[in-house]
Amino acid sequence: MAELQLDSQAPSFQKEMKLLAEDLLQKIEGGDLGKVVSVVNNINEVRDRTLYDEIGKLTRALHEAIKDIKTGDELSEDSGMDQASDKLSYVIEMTDKAANRTMDLVEAGMPLNTDILNGAKELQVQWQKFLRKELKPNEFRDLTKKIDAYLSQTQVNSQEISTQLSGILMAQDFQDLTGQVINRVTKLVAEVELRLVDLVAMAGEVDRITGISHADSHQNNIPQEDNKNITAEGPQIDTDIEGVVSGQDDVDDLLSSLGF
Amino acid sequence: MKILVVDDFSTMRRIVKNLLRDLGFTNTQEADDGLTALPMLQTGNFDFLVTDWNMPGMTGLDLLKHVRADEKLKTLPVLMVTAEAKRDQIVAAAQAGVNGYVVKPFTAAVLKEKIDKVFERVEG
Repeated sequence: MAELQLDSQAPSFQKEMKLLAEDLLQKIEGGDLGKVVSVVNNINEVRDRTLYDEIGKLTRALHEAIKDIKTGDELSEDSGMDQASDKLSYVIEMTDKAANRTMDLVEAGMPLNTDILNGAKELQVQWQKFLRKELKPNEFRDLTKKIDAYLSQTQVNSQEISTQLSGILMAQDFQDLTGQVINRVTKLVAEVELRLVDLVAMAGEVDRITGISHADSHQNNIPQEDNKNITAEGPQIDTDIEGVVSGQDDVDDLLSSLGF
Repeated sequence: MKILVVDDFSTMRRIVKNLLRDLGFTNTQEADDGLTALPMLQTGNFDFLVTDWNMPGMTGLDLLKHVRADEKLKTLPVLMVTAEAKRDQIVAAAQAGVNGYVVKPFTAAVLKEKIDKVFERVEG
């Protein structure tokens, strides 16, 4: 984007206004009302023309600012804003996939582990009978077969669980990829902020020409505390802020103070 | 015990369902916001509602208010499992008649404790 041309019109605008004002004084002193009105019209015209120029520049700059915001992906034809939303959708997609992959593996592994546990419990009962010499010879033969089958099955299950645990480990690779994407979007937000500051400076020029002054917007703001509408706000990133609980213990304390 | 789990994120519904299954509750159904949950509650004979707060359509707080205003549903135990962590919000949920409040991220132990507590009070 070309550097924003601040004040390019303004010096000539001021000079023109000054000349016209001097002219106006002369015409008033000359007493010719027709000529006075004509100079006043000229003043209006210069003001309008400069205003249109400035608004034109502001519009163009705004457009360029949106178009030219870079995310480091210069090959893409999409603007940075389009890319940013695509990238954040990608983060949601990646985290969703990782969470589901992890849960698939956990759900597949749990019954295998339950088999190992139940098998060991069952064998232990019979093994203790054997230790107390309460097993008949044919029951002992059964037990040896069961132990043999259990040892084989446990190896199969353990192998499978190991594979699932590695799978769970690998599913965490999203953190690296989404972290990089979020870093880019964070940079983009910083750039947008910079450009908005430039645009505010340009808009200030328009204000100066039109003589608009803005009321302090803070005076019209209703403080958040007075707003009794309780709405969802999503996770609190900073739990040190006043009025935010720091965890479940705080919630429990608060609820018990309310009689829960 | 028939339980409805309401959350707009399918992964969170899955986590909650898994934890509930580990606690012995296998009869669970899912809804992705208050608007889909409410008709299910009205016709489904549910014994317990576990809901998120921040959802599109109808939020969990509004769902809770609808449940408490419904002649048939007003005594249904409701546990809110949510990331909303402001004191004002928790007070508002309590005033709307929530039976338990769990903030995310949570552990299996906390969920179990709160569910037990909800039923202790409901049955006691």
